Amino acid sequence: MKRGRFLPTLLLMWTGVLVVLLASLCLGRYPVAPQTVLRVLISRFVPIARTWDPTIETVVWQVRLPRVLAATLVGAALASGGAVFQGLFHNPLVSPYVLGVSSGAGLGAAVAILLGAGAAVTQASAFATGAVAVSLTWLVARSGRDRSHVTLVLAGFVVGSLFSSLVAGAQYVADPSTKLPQIVFWLMGSLASVQWTDLLRAALVIVPCLVVITVLRWKLNILSMGDDEARSLGENPTAMRVVLIGLTTMTTAVSVALSGVIGWVGLVVPHLARGIVGPDARRLIPASIALGAVYMMIIDDVARTLTMAEIPLGILTGIVGAPVFVLLLRRSRSDWD
Amino acid sequence: MDQPRPSVVEIQDLGFAYGEAIVLHDLTMAVGPREVFAIVGPNAAGKTTLLRCIERILTPRTGTILIDGRDLKTLSARDVSRRAASVPQSHAPAFPYTVQDIVLMGRNPHLGAAAQPGPHDVAVAQEAMGELGIRAISARPYTQLSGGQLQMVLFARALAQEAQVLLLDEPTAHLDFRNRHLVMGRIRDLAVRRGLTVIMTVHDPNDAMQYADRVGLVSDGGLVALGTPQEVLTSDNLGQLYGMPIEVLTDGRRRVIVAGTPS
Repeated sequence: MKRGRFLPTLLLMWTGVLVVLLASLCLGRYPVAPQTVLRVLISRFVPIARTWDPTIETVVWQVRLPRVLAATLVGAALASGGAVFQGLFHNPLVSPYVLGVSSGAGLGAAVAILLGAGAAVTQASAFATGAVAVSLTWLVARSGRDRSHVTLVLAGFVVGSLFSSLVAGAQYVADPSTKLPQIVFWLMGSLASVQWTDLLRAALVIVPCLVVITVLRWKLNILSMGDDEARSLGENPTAMRVVLIGLTTMTTAVSVALSGVIGWVGLVVPHLARGIVGPDARRLIPASIALGAVYMMIIDDVARTLTMAEIPLGILTGIVGAPVFVLLLRRSRSDWD
Repeated sequence: MDQPRPSVVEIQDLGFAYGEAIVLHDLTMAVGPREVFAIVGPNAAGKTTLLRCIERILTPRTGTILIDGRDLKTLSARDVSRRAASVPQSHAPAFPYTVQDIVLMGRNPHLGAAAQPGPHDVAVAQEAMGELGIRAISARPYTQLSGGQLQMVLFARALAQEAQVLLLDEPTAHLDFRNRHLVMGRIRDLAVRRGLTVIMTVHDPNDAMQYADRVGLVSDGGLVALGTPQEVLTSDNLGQLYGMPIEVLTDGRRRVIVAGTPS
């Protein structure tokens, strides 16, 4: 893309975020007109006459807004995480899940549900085991003689499989009439029960991490040249990679804790973003954040409006993601050292 | 030539080993400003390892390397990359960055962790591209370039580092006859105009004969001869180095190295 066209493009994307956000607040089983939604939102900050049904206020402010904002947060986190990982591993086919964070978080959530814990404890537990899984992956990879990227990804695969088995074990012992559906539903991803407190807790971690990733993003270009070249360009690739993987793991683990496991976003969205703004991380990261937010809101809108019952988000992102991944495989060459 | 001049790169008793396998030993040499220095030797002689020690991607086991009188061990990665820039022998692109994006990466040594290239960095990058005649392709994805063009892009990136020492690992390895001589000519040109010190490994001793100021012959990890091309690149030296009969032919002015003996 031409230089100088990026800012207008980004502005357009953020306008898109606001438009889709507004539309998402209107959509649902209980449709609300856009102007009413705007007035409900404004009335929170400016005293204006409340001419609408209090139910509308509950639907817009208590039910839909936290859910839609959670979608933007999760979408932004997963998409930017994908863009970061693809730069770090110089491979367009990896996502933040390759290090085992999702299966790790799955175990924490499943155990918490088994023990009958509430939402906050389930999220905390999911985050903790997600972080443990990634640390374990890191340790396994470090213990090998070969310190290449492939080792890290293979270690992630091994640790992920281990945690998946444990999750399956939790499902096996779960009460099939009460606990099992909860676990399965969580594993397929959903934003249906997000409350303001959940959202704020997640935002407190995700937003600062995204800010730091955005500030450091140019270094991703350098790191995508491979370790030796990064080093001769004056970078310390190991240290920078630890920082970026750490930040990305935080945002991913918190996202998974908030929404359950939602696959493919980290692959599909950065690919779309790259198609629009090119591979330069200076543009790719902001674009991935904006597009991730839009993508996740739209997926969530479809999930809650397409049928009478909620469709799990992971099912929808999988149906969209798999064909896109096939396209990716056909078009790009993988390059692992 | 015989006047003593301050050396930019000074290597003393350098030794390097991968585990038990000794790659370099007792290597001492110095390279001065505006000098094009060629390292010649057979495969696996340790040529590339030597370059990688100078850019501190590898840490020597023994000996010291001084750049501009500063011990490499005392410098940070950033400091090293401001003093020595390198052009890799091969490069595997992962993403289709534009040529300008690639060249801009050469500015990294001058930018802090949170900084991004600004107008000055773009100006330096454009100057480097201009110098190598690739300004016209600055907006092209660098994945779509020919081998010769890609080499120029990586050169421009190294120039944008504004380092005094330029390290080239077989700069003509992937080039055809014409491009090879164009690139070599550019290297000489740059050394003179920008006052650079160039240290390069070469495959073909003819490149060293034609384009280097001085040559070091490396064999089994040690320096076996050091001097001007005429002094060092003799049929005896080369014959021993490569373990085959080699002849140096001349028309009185130019010299050409050929394998074999006249039949």
